[in-house]
Amino acid sequence: MVRHTIEKAAEIIFSLCAFMAVAAVFSITLYMIANGLPAIFQAGWKEILFSSVWQPTAQEPSFGILYVILTSIVGTFLAVLLGVPVGLLTAVFLAETAPDSLAAVIRPAVELLAGIPSVIYGVLGMLILNPFLYRLEQKLFAGSQTHQFTGGANLLSAVIVLAVMILPTVISISETALRAVPPELKACSLALGASPVTTVFRVTIPAARSGILAAVVLGVGRAVGEAMAISLVSGNSVNLPLPFQSVRFLTTAIVSEMGYAGGLHRQVLFTIGLILFVFIMMINGILSSILKGERLE
Amino acid sequence: MSQNKISTDKLNLYYGDNHILKDITIGIRAKAVTALIGPSGCGKSTFLKSLNRMNDLIDGVRIEGTVYLDGKDIYGPQVDVTRLRKRVGMVFQQPNPFPMSIYDNIAYGPKVHGVKSKERLDEIVEQSLRQAAVWEEVENQLRKPALGLSGGQKQRLCIARALAVEPEVLLMDEPTSALDPASTLKVEELINRLKRKYTIIIVTHNMQQAVRVSDDTAFFLLGEMVECGTTDRLFARPTDRRTKEYITGKFG
Amino acid sequence: MMRKLKDDVLLCLIYLAAFLAEFLLIGILAYVFVRGFPHISWHFLTTVTSILEGTVGIAGNIVNTIYMVVLTLAIAVPVGIGSAIYLNEYARPGKVVRLIEFTTQTLSGIPSIIFGLFGMVFFGVTLGLGYSILTGALTLSLMVLPLITRNTQEALKAVPESYRNGAVGMGAGKWYMIRTILLPSAMPGIVTGIILAVGRILGESAALLFTAGSGYFLPRSFGGWFHKLVESGGTLTIQLYLSMEKAQYDTAFGIAVVLLGMVLCLNLVTRVMVSRFEMPKYTDAGGR
Repeated sequence: MVRHTIEKAAEIIFSLCAFMAVAAVFSITLYMIANGLPAIFQAGWKEILFSSVWQPTAQEPSFGILYVILTSIVGTFLAVLLGVPVGLLTAVFLAETAPDSLAAVIRPAVELLAGIPSVIYGVLGMLILNPFLYRLEQKLFAGSQTHQFTGGANLLSAVIVLAVMILPTVISISETALRAVPPELKACSLALGASPVTTVFRVTIPAARSGILAAVVLGVGRAVGEAMAISLVSGNSVNLPLPFQSVRFLTTAIVSEMGYAGGLHRQVLFTIGLILFVFIMMINGILSSILKGERLE
Repeated sequence: MSQNKISTDKLNLYYGDNHILKDITIGIRAKAVTALIGPSGCGKSTFLKSLNRMNDLIDGVRIEGTVYLDGKDIYGPQVDVTRLRKRVGMVFQQPNPFPMSIYDNIAYGPKVHGVKSKERLDEIVEQSLRQAAVWEEVENQLRKPALGLSGGQKQRLCIARALAVEPEVLLMDEPTSALDPASTLKVEELINRLKRKYTIIIVTHNMQQAVRVSDDTAFFLLGEMVECGTTDRLFARPTDRRTKEYITGKFG
Repeated sequence: MMRKLKDDVLLCLIYLAAFLAEFLLIGILAYVFVRGFPHISWHFLTTVTSILEGTVGIAGNIVNTIYMVVLTLAIAVPVGIGSAIYLNEYARPGKVVRLIEFTTQTLSGIPSIIFGLFGMVFFGVTLGLGYSILTGALTLSLMVLPLITRNTQEALKAVPESYRNGAVGMGAGKWYMIRTILLPSAMPGIVTGIILAVGRILGESAALLFTAGSGYFLPRSFGGWFHKLVESGGTLTIQLYLSMEKAQYDTAFGIAVVLLGMVLCLNLVTRVMVSRFEMPKYTDAGGR
């Protein structure tokens, strides 16, 4: 009898543990909506989403976050554009062309890159990348009257840091996908007289496309959600996302102002959080539909 | 020797410490079907793959002896492996279309070898599919994914894919072992028609199949080629005791 | 000839891309160690930054980090393992399992800044814990939960069915069987999950900035060590970020060296675990 009670209790406790994840996602969603929506009603969704004037502490405050949203979209897009080709080629190297001895050097490096705290990427971006880009900026805009110099803390810096940060994700998932391609397919291509390199680009990569797509989507998720590293390198003022402009992302807006914001200003920061959350949920949805499709294949 | 398309001279193949092929010397007639029979693991497939140098891809494989294609050593220093594989095509045991459309599957080889013109590609695709006796079945779905075809259609598609690069020799590694009887019959009929144009070498487990499709047969056992000759002769009057035991079903 | 050239160019690009990862890593490690190592001293590690006494030290942050790691694991590990046991040993495949696995996956895709916002309003405001190590640890435990669950689950899947049948066949209860057979066999996978989680916690900043805050003092009395749980406390990574914002680069690089040293050690341990026990590892990057 006692034993039966213990068995029953164990099962109940374990199922409660399992529902923890459900409860967490449910309450995060609930809290993000509950805290993010009020500002939209109060300030008006047009004022927030489609205005580009961000003056939260002015006498007549204005909470337009259009540029912030655009920065996150453009910055993520560019980071993926830069990081995915490099990541995919590295994955090809690890899965296909590398001799074992070289792969044994590169693979641990990729794993370690994934483990480095994001703040450290920000630190290095700030102290190495920013000065470098500043020199470039001085050359490019020499004599310009209108350009506001950023000291290298601009969209381009943030994009490069993000591209580096998504590399490990893109590499490891693409590599897994490439390895899953049946060796017979490659043999068929080689038997037709295609070279190994041609085979990789014409057969192996297309055959692994859904896995590679998943890698890209995950990379997008990483880039959209990254906060601390880019808050150190992006300059942090609200501007149209152009390469040599100081910019503010959805994430860095929260990081840089949550500390002191109050009232409606604070609520608008939660609205920014909600928008970020919606982006992430969309990305998650796309990802699981890709993975589902893959399983069906 | 002159009418032999392919011949080997004391071909030996080692994989690590294993001696897989032992002193194989054989001549393969042009525009005829040669069947390689024998129990599994006796080196038939390995032998087949050494004729288009697919064994090069495997680490730890060492080859001694020579393989002649039209009198020239295919392991010679001047040989371009991609050119060689264009001339000596291959069909595998599992039908393995690429995950792309039927059209692109066939056009893949010609594109790799530099054919760019759309008209020419269209022409090659139709011609290859016709030759492989699968045109009528796929004519209206050329843009659909090849993975949606049935097993038998897939295999004929793979044959068409191999034909599209206009090879001279076709190596077939148990091409029907993954197919149902009806599809097997179709592929066998196809082989019978193709031998007018191509030199075909087929590895098979199935002795009835060897009898049905081949002109010549070679019997492999434990890495050696025990006996070869015309199929009629070899099955009617085997000279070696081991051949006789194998074809009468004593082992294998 | 053109085709050969094209192949060679592509191959070159492949090698270049692969070595970029290597150069990045070596460059990052070298730069951080060269700049940071001179600032590491016993004094730096064992004192607290104080303007009055003119000292610069990270002892308080080290203690906070240890609190954060221990507390987070104390919450997340039992829940994560319990969840994995339920999914693998009790639940029948169906809607419920799919829902739990879907939410676990979703949880691992949510960026840490969102966890930070949620932790701030839920644990901090709704539950009234304010800026404290406890708020931070509760927030982080939600974040590392998927790591523990996934790794435990994979380890449980690898335990042969015959072990289960053997134990149950001898009349052992299910919970007894799990305790004595399954969990010991799955231990390497569980430990890998824990190590990965520790790595996450050490490197985390966005989720902690508005939950655990940035306190850097050491407790002054015995009771203070307990009271610390409900006080604000910044981990090493948080202090690193704040130092950068204040342009205190020497402190920042000193901390960076300490952090990278820990990351390297954890990586080494994981490597040994994975090769010793030959098991799959599920990081957030590759874990779907």
